[in-house]
Amino acid sequence: MKADDPGILWIEEPQLGLSGRMYLPIYMHGLTTTFRHMKNSLLGKAVTVSYPDEEPHIDNPAIYRGTHRLNRDSQGRVKCVACFLCATACPAHCIDIVAAESPWPDREKYPQSFCIDELRCIFCGMCEEACPVDAIELTSLYNLTGRSREEMIFDKEKLLSVYDQTHEREPMRSPEMGGTV
Amino acid sequence: MATVIIDGQEIQLAEGERLNGVQAAARAGIEIPHYCWHPGLSVVASCRMCLVEVGRRDDKTGKIAMQPKLVPACQTPATDGTVFVTNSKKVADARAMVEEDLLLRHPVDCPICDKAGECLLQDYHFRYGQETRRADIKPFTSRRRELGPAVTLFVDRCVMCSRCVRFCREVAGTSELMVANRGAHEEIDVFPGFPLANKLSGNVVDLCPVGALGDRDFLYQQRVWFMKGHSHVCANCSAGCSIRIDENQDQIYRIKPRENPQVNRWWICDEGRYGWKHVHDPNRCVTAQKRQAAGAAPMEWSPLIAELDTRLRRSRRLAAVVSPHLTVEEAYLLCRYVREIDAEAALVLGPVPQSDGDEKYPGGFTIRAEKCPNRRGVEQIITHFAGECAGWEHFLERLTKERFDAVWVSGGYCSQWHDAAAADRFSSADILIVQDLFALPLMRRADYQLPGAAYPERDGSYVNHAGRLQSFGWAIRPPAGAMVEGQLYWRLLKRPGLYQSRAVLDEVARDILYFRAAAEPVPETGVDLNCTPAAGAP
Repeated sequence: MKADDPGILWIEEPQLGLSGRMYLPIYMHGLTTTFRHMKNSLLGKAVTVSYPDEEPHIDNPAIYRGTHRLNRDSQGRVKCVACFLCATACPAHCIDIVAAESPWPDREKYPQSFCIDELRCIFCGMCEEACPVDAIELTSLYNLTGRSREEMIFDKEKLLSVYDQTHEREPMRSPEMGGTV
Repeated sequence: MATVIIDGQEIQLAEGERLNGVQAAARAGIEIPHYCWHPGLSVVASCRMCLVEVGRRDDKTGKIAMQPKLVPACQTPATDGTVFVTNSKKVADARAMVEEDLLLRHPVDCPICDKAGECLLQDYHFRYGQETRRADIKPFTSRRRELGPAVTLFVDRCVMCSRCVRFCREVAGTSELMVANRGAHEEIDVFPGFPLANKLSGNVVDLCPVGALGDRDFLYQQRVWFMKGHSHVCANCSAGCSIRIDENQDQIYRIKPRENPQVNRWWICDEGRYGWKHVHDPNRCVTAQKRQAAGAAPMEWSPLIAELDTRLRRSRRLAAVVSPHLTVEEAYLLCRYVREIDAEAALVLGPVPQSDGDEKYPGGFTIRAEKCPNRRGVEQIITHFAGECAGWEHFLERLTKERFDAVWVSGGYCSQWHDAAAADRFSSADILIVQDLFALPLMRRADYQLPGAAYPERDGSYVNHAGRLQSFGWAIRPPAGAMVEGQLYWRLLKRPGLYQSRAVLDEVARDILYFRAAAEPVPETGVDLNCTPAAGAP
């Protein structure tokens, strides 16, 4: 999208009104939010949970950014085409892909190896956005633990197994949700 | 003097200069997009991407008369008074239309296409194409077939610019490729049983403006935007082609030609293109070792250099074999060091590998028979220090008769460059120092076994067969444990800091008449050492 695209709506920063320029009214307005939360937590309506005794409730798993998964295509093969766009977009450089010619006649390129260093990942979701075939997605699995650093480098099989675990309750992005498939 | 007007800018062309519209516009800093035209090939004007408005200014009245139709800029000579208009709505519409037509049947599989990132179809689409796709044809996967050992064709990505076909006919002269069928069914193909197997075949991949022709060696190895290109000079023969080494994190992925009208124009041969595999050979020596009674023991570089220097300075009769793979600067430093200790030290040119003969191609490209990059440069350096340049065979003879206290052998060859019999001749030397890439007989026999650098790791200058000196910087770092020859000699000569090839070249240009032209900064295309009138050396 170019900067002069008609689809872009350019807006100006709004001018401060009288109360904004006087500073105190806006300051008081901000404090009311603080006091409202204080009142709620005193009345037992806290927004925090006592993890790990209590499990957090995830409202919308589709937009939650937890552990990655690699999706499978309709034939159960890895959906990734090894285009490296996730690795390119990744600001933490935590994705390592080795591409190769695919062993299947209907597909050209596939990832021979696909590793994500979950310790290095900052869960920004850029990989998910960059993926042209919706192969990499972030799931709502948030309790990511391991006993060693090596264990936290997820390879292709492990990422596919995350898909197998989660695809029933978290379906792949459909075209209605902005996906390609 | 001809005056050409491009979008209102007046461009002066030199006397006798023959440019077309695309070149003249480039001179004015204006890009005219084109697929089929290439400066090294004949003009076919078939892609229609370079359509512009053309007119003529009347010399007397100054009035401009434009042609009613758009014409291809690649086929229009820029003569005195020619007017090109490239920024009108008519031209922009024509370009968008050509782009739309090309993309109609293009698979748009950029995510898996190796060309993505350096693809003209992509770039031009962003610059000149339309925002939306009007056709509702679904993208499909591209059919693929192998054209030869080095090249594969993705049939549906092709835009039928026919550059590859013309290259095979005009430059390689082998005519393997052809355009089969007609109209929308046109395809590039080879005749059955005649694969694209000439020694220049890799160039068609560079020529392809889209991702239709793929390099089988590079296929899917790396995305182009991860790689950094470094200007370098090919070391596989004495032609000294200008190349660009594409690497990522010290791993070479491919080598591409770099335009140099004086040397290789736009091409390189496949020997040079794939001649870097030895650089990443797992068998390369990477530990400096000292041979002792119990066998070779690894040694740190700093104590090793100090010990080497002390021992060499105690010896009287020295000899150095200067490899034609060393740069001019490295050869100079080595000769300088050895001669500093023994003013009569024997300086010998290492073996010069030869193939059966020069291979000439109709397009003017030649693969030289001499398979080393810097024979001429090293010869001149040795002649400067020793008065004459002795050869390897001659030195082997001499070794049977004479005794040397210490012999320094520099290697750097990509393959077996001597046999065990030759190595045995060196048994008379008290100290044998060998710096090479692989553990060859001479290396195994050496008292000091030093891992050296391959050509992408060097910086310095090579002098090619015609006496053209080209300077380059290192493209990758040597593997951990190896030391670039220049750095080692620099430290032996007790110079401060890191090896600086430019400082040494200044010294060489000052000391040796032949290299006088290199005193000025060396341009990307190199400098011709024969052109200096004062350098009267034969």
